[in-house]
Amino acid sequence: MTVTSDNGVNVQALLDAREALKGAPEAAQFTWRATSQWQNGVHTQIKVQPFFGLGEEQSHKAEHVFDADHPAVFAAEDNGITPIEYLLVGLSSCLSAGVASVAQNRGIQLRSVEATVEGNHDIRGILGADSDVRNGFNDVKVSFKIDADASPQEIEALVAQSQKRSAVFDALTNPTDVTVEVV
Amino acid sequence: MSDHAAVVIGAGHAGLAASHFLGKSSIDHVVLERGTVANSWRRERWDSLRLLTPNWLSRLPGHLYAGADPDGYMTAGEVADHIDGFAAASAAPVRTGVTVTSVRRTDDGYDVVTDEGVLRARTVVLATGACNRPSVPAFAAGVPGSLLQLTPFDYRSPDALPGGRVLVVGASATGVQIAAEIRRSGRPVTLSVGEHTRLPRTYRDRDVLWWMEASGLWDQRYDEVEDLERARRLPSPQLVGTPERATLDLNALSDLGVDLVGRWSAVRDGTALFSGGLRNVFALADLKQQRLLDGFDAWADDGARERPEPTRAPATSRLQLDLKYGEVDAIVWATGYRPDYGWLDVPVVDEKGRLRHDGGVVDSPGLYALGLPVLRRRKSTFIHGIEDDAREVVEHLVDHLRTPTSGR
Repeated sequence: MTVTSDNGVNVQALLDAREALKGAPEAAQFTWRATSQWQNGVHTQIKVQPFFGLGEEQSHKAEHVFDADHPAVFAAEDNGITPIEYLLVGLSSCLSAGVASVAQNRGIQLRSVEATVEGNHDIRGILGADSDVRNGFNDVKVSFKIDADASPQEIEALVAQSQKRSAVFDALTNPTDVTVEVV
Repeated sequence: MSDHAAVVIGAGHAGLAASHFLGKSSIDHVVLERGTVANSWRRERWDSLRLLTPNWLSRLPGHLYAGADPDGYMTAGEVADHIDGFAAASAAPVRTGVTVTSVRRTDDGYDVVTDEGVLRARTVVLATGACNRPSVPAFAAGVPGSLLQLTPFDYRSPDALPGGRVLVVGASATGVQIAAEIRRSGRPVTLSVGEHTRLPRTYRDRDVLWWMEASGLWDQRYDEVEDLERARRLPSPQLVGTPERATLDLNALSDLGVDLVGRWSAVRDGTALFSGGLRNVFALADLKQQRLLDGFDAWADDGARERPEPTRAPATSRLQLDLKYGEVDAIVWATGYRPDYGWLDVPVVDEKGRLRHDGGVVDSPGLYALGLPVLRRRKSTFIHGIEDDAREVVEHLVDHLRTPTSGR
């Protein structure tokens, strides 16, 4: 396939990595990390920089700092977005990265990719007001607006393939074993 | 000194097709069969199963369907009889009731160890099939012991099931057929759906498999397939062979009242947890079906087209099902099959239990395979697909026999 499009994704590197890691599953084991520090009230600051992968410690080129808080309607200071909104941040960015990568691999030039993500949340769960209501989202909806050199069917296929290969889509749609401990 | 130039293991349609071409090349050989000819069709299939390919297409080398219903689909028993007829017609040298317990490399070929002694062979053809064992996910261990659990090897008909809800896991041909028949028996059915292959039974008034054949898609060679590994893992299409030639896709199952849930991903405290990604597996299968039909239309080039309704997503799908308190009575694991090479003492099986081969030429001189998915062509695992594969694999085998072995 001749690739004439350029979405800025180094697909060759990804394809090479896929081949290399097929025979080296241990190098494919990554650990992502975040450390957080409670500030005050329901405000927490989270820092992300080191991670583990390809058999050794790795690092983002800079430390990234995030604030999580709650808005005024929760009687909070609103120093940052709410923790559950970070899930929307993760989902939309993961799916968009997937769309760009798949498009690049298929030789499709993107002009714009816009996603709106909505998570419906019945907060009676977290407030303990109704034990039948879950704490998390009831459902999540992602709407993509994509302008690209492709047919509507090809665009549908980009979005479907992106979900199929998305880490965050998987983490949200399937259960994950979570351990929380005090050290 | 070898007992035979070739030993073929398995007397299903693949092993017999190999025998057919070996015989034509006057290669001295024997076909070993643990049970009887077409054993798995006689013993390892549920009662209502019919072949997915229509009769006119179910040809074997030199052995065409000669019955009165070319557009019908054979029952499992009829398939077995058809294969028996092929064995008789080609006078295959079959030894039934012989179980191979080991195959080992020797200096100039292989020792085939059986429960009736050792056979020495210059070459061996593995034709033991792709579906020797039902494959069940590891989390099945967490299912409460009170539930009846069946695989397609144990399942015969709805009669043997309790009266309550049945959870069928997997939406390939096996899963959709079993879910439909259990639902029709009056039992409530939940079907857990992961990635699947959707196909209409007929497209523009012809069997969809007619299109696969006529358009040339089925003849696509393994070395032309873009992602071979994926093509080899593709779940069997949602098809059923019935006299009505009815489509059995997820919409048909919804119409029957089957409850669709996402891929079963875990058991936690006796509760089954299903993926919330159901809509995307629908979208993937609909898009794939669309591309296939687009290809048929482009090949037919007559401007006509039909498009099946997209898969209807339920307004809400269950994300969990309590397995502890009688909400479910039984589980049928239609989660695929795998080959069993436990007896093959030649290092040609990869870490996932798959045979390492290039178009049926196994990664060990003189060892061959037939009857595996997309072995040499997309049609490889279908009954009629064996002819071209067997001819070519046997050609390679004959060349190998003619090449003098280097002294060691």
